Amino acid sequence: MTVPDQRALAVRFEDLALPLFDQLYNFARWLAQDTSEAEDLVQETYAKALRGFAGFQQGTNFRAWMFRILRNSFLTSRSGLKATVGFEEDEAEAVASTAPTPEAMLIEHANRETVREALTELPVASREILLLCEVEEMSYEEIAQVLSVPIGTVMSRLHRARKALRVLLLAKFKGGPDGV
Amino acid sequence: MACELWRDKLDAYADGELAVADAAALGAHLRGCASCSADVLERVQLKRSIAAAGKNYAASAQLREKVRRSVAVSPPRERWRWWNLVAAPAALVLVVLLAVTFYSDRGKARQERVYSELADLHVATLASVSPVDVVSTDRHTVKPWFEGKIPFAFNLPELAGTDFTLVGGRVAYLEQSPGAQLIYRIRKHEISVFIFQDRGGDLGRGDSALSFSMESWSRNGLRYFVVGDVGRGDLESLRKLLRDAG
Repeated sequence: MTVPDQRALAVRFEDLALPLFDQLYNFARWLAQDTSEAEDLVQETYAKALRGFAGFQQGTNFRAWMFRILRNSFLTSRSGLKATVGFEEDEAEAVASTAPTPEAMLIEHANRETVREALTELPVASREILLLCEVEEMSYEEIAQVLSVPIGTVMSRLHRARKALRVLLLAKFKGGPDGV
Repeated sequence: MACELWRDKLDAYADGELAVADAAALGAHLRGCASCSADVLERVQLKRSIAAAGKNYAASAQLREKVRRSVAVSPPRERWRWWNLVAAPAALVLVVLLAVTFYSDRGKARQERVYSELADLHVATLASVSPVDVVSTDRHTVKPWFEGKIPFAFNLPELAGTDFTLVGGRVAYLEQSPGAQLIYRIRKHEISVFIFQDRGGDLGRGDSALSFSMESWSRNGLRYFVVGDVGRGDLESLRKLLRDAG
């Protein structure tokens, strides 16, 4: 590759990658549950992405690519390995829906802090997919790219994550020590 | 029950992932089914709560800067970035001529700083909405305007028969000392001429570190700097005109 080509590539990377900084940090912080680990993850992500950018297929989803690099970095980190024991279990679970109980409507009144607490308590696999879907507003297709799983798995994990969050929220509403 | 058909698709519906035809059919069902409508509403509310709670962490300014620097193509040197931004499209020419207040002789670092400061002044002036405070092509109007505004007098050359025209002038400051900034034009290139009091010091003859050439000389208590990306010919012509007038 000629020098001008490399420079053009670097300029393009800068333009694409820097606007994602805030989103990537928020996601890293949620995954790692620790500020300095999140900072390391974000820096590692940018370094890896810059090195691998020549191999990035133009026209494919850059954001999904960046999030995947960040997530893979997390999974191979020490706290990532600890947090994801049993990550792949129950993958075959059907997308069976449970009708929300009347109490579930209480979620309407859930304050931000309660939901935040519940998200923190969720297993990483559930937390990350909810963040990608609701905060990043990614499509199932994009989420599938980030997680490197089929779309069917995205749907079942999403379903399971929501169910688990509802259970946590209801427990909080029902007057536990953290109850509202 | 129709509800059973849709039960598994409510999440996808709330996520906007249902095919258009399916979404329309489910929409029709929802209008007649309170139970499914409540169900979808709960899902949407949950989505909203997660979105609000999930935007929770902001990175430190240090990390932002670290990351920015790690992917920046060229190291950030605001001065030059700013300069290039204006310089490139304008193909501007800068001729600087000045006498600088000197308290110490600091050699090259000081010289570079002075040159850069003047270059910035020039660029800032051209970028300004009102580049000059006294607008006149007549040196006999421009020169008296400075009386009482700066602590010295100077002469300006007669431009008749040359390619140069005078655009106007303004008061400028270099190292906290007031001086005159005159804007000249040659073939659509703007040129700044700065005049300050000279209190000595070696500011050198020129600086090739800039993307244009710069010359410097001292005469009658004034220190002159000539900077431009025009040919040597134009540079020399203006230099000669100013020398003859001074």
